[in-house]
Amino acid sequence: MKTELLIFFIKRAFQDMNSNRFLHIVTIITISLSILIVSAFGLFFTNINDIMVSWKKGVKIMAYLNKDVEKIQLPELKQKILSLYGVSAVRFIPKEDALEELKRQMKRQMALFENLKENPLPDVFEIQMIPSTQNWGKVEILAAQVEMFPQVAGVEYGQRWLGRVTGIFNLFKFAGTAMCLVFFMASVFIVANTIRLLFFSRREEFEIMRLVGATDGFIKAPFYIEGIFQGILGGVIGILILFVIYVIITSNVDPGISSGFFVMRFLPISISMGIVFSSMFAGWLGCYLSLKQFLKY
Amino acid sequence: MMQNTEGSAIIRMFHVHKRFGKKNALTDITLDVERNDLLLVSGPSGAGKSTLLRLLYLGEALSEGQILIDGMNLSRIADSRIPLVRRQFGIIFQDYKLIQTKTVYENIALVLEVKGEKTRFIQKKVTSVLRTVGMEERINSFPPSLSGGEQQRIAVARAVVGDPKIILADEPTGSLDSESAKIIMDLLLGVHARGATVIIATHDKEIIRDTKGKVIYLKDGLMMEPPMIEPLIEKKKTITL
Repeated sequence: MKTELLIFFIKRAFQDMNSNRFLHIVTIITISLSILIVSAFGLFFTNINDIMVSWKKGVKIMAYLNKDVEKIQLPELKQKILSLYGVSAVRFIPKEDALEELKRQMKRQMALFENLKENPLPDVFEIQMIPSTQNWGKVEILAAQVEMFPQVAGVEYGQRWLGRVTGIFNLFKFAGTAMCLVFFMASVFIVANTIRLLFFSRREEFEIMRLVGATDGFIKAPFYIEGIFQGILGGVIGILILFVIYVIITSNVDPGISSGFFVMRFLPISISMGIVFSSMFAGWLGCYLSLKQFLKY
Repeated sequence: MMQNTEGSAIIRMFHVHKRFGKKNALTDITLDVERNDLLLVSGPSGAGKSTLLRLLYLGEALSEGQILIDGMNLSRIADSRIPLVRRQFGIIFQDYKLIQTKTVYENIALVLEVKGEKTRFIQKKVTSVLRTVGMEERINSFPPSLSGGEQQRIAVARAVVGDPKIILADEPTGSLDSESAKIIMDLLLGVHARGATVIIATHDKEIIRDTKGKVIYLKDGLMMEPPMIEPLIEKKKTITL
């Protein structure tokens, strides 16, 4: 019996939508555009986040040792560094190897090395961190701890600029979240307004329905179905438009740009589903806000 | 709470008052309506006839007093139960109150749909009741395409389709010509003959005179003895050329 009633309400909701096609189409298009903007932000942040993660994976702390450090002290120092929280691996790079590497990298400027009387480079410990500690606060703390060892002349954690980029990225993320909230609220009010307009245009009909014994639920149910349907359809259309835009962009972008350290990808299915669900919720909420002020006996 | 009060009054009104601001629309009405009664509520315009009916189907709230419908006290009814009370009535209005954007079938079926009846039963019942009011061929018409008399017949069909215990008719013939009014009255009398309690609010003296039923008379919200209604005397019209 309940299934039959649900089918009845769905049928009535679609009949109502068919009778007010224009209003519903405009609402769905507006929701789609809101969802498109929100999901475009989502796509941007998903990919930027991937870039940041791939960059952060390369973050290492280089600990330069004093020249007077004896080779015999090295295993003990390595063990001390390894015992620090957040360190996953420590590799010793002798200054001779470092100079060879430098020469290899600067083949064209080999003349610079010819007059060197002694190796100017220090011995180095290359410290790798466990992934969970690869945020900038922890990197700085670990670097400070390493620098405290008397054998260490100085530390460097390259790509320090990444910290600043991360800060800017987080700021964008905050702004993006705020904008998503604004668009969510806009969708809620658009649906609420549509339902309110429909309700006003049919208030006489609902008055008659109440006189013949219709409950609030009986009158409201099709509106909720309409609101939820508008939300789902608006959400799906918004995501589909974004996907088409994404396909067009990725097929025209030189693959060499991204292939080095990350691959551009579309929104994960879980996020896409989440956006559609939020859109559906916006439809329901708009309906709820609009209808709660009506139908009071 | 519903009670089976077979043989006793189906509607009981005790010292009912209704005020709109400082104006008394009904004053101290005490009245019993027995099962299968045909009650005519008469009186001039503004006497409180429609208000009395609205109090019964909870279209208005009481100011004072009590109303029992089949043992159920309306002054203690929760808002959520108002639809259940209304389903016990079939209501007919002077302005028909049909949904203009729905077909004749949909207008009548609505009464059964709100009760959660099955589609097949609804189809059968609506067709049957339309046959009773002689409107089966207009099943797919929309109200604006019907005459006033036809719309009121649809309103009667809608009122009776749910087999209510009580029919409330508020000036059912008020905006109809005499021929259509007779059809509507015959339909209402037919419903009464099949066992329903029928309450008709009217100021039409012909209906009051021609209908065999109990009559109450309202004036300025007070219930009083009905005035004598003179027998109809046909007067020849003189045309002066």
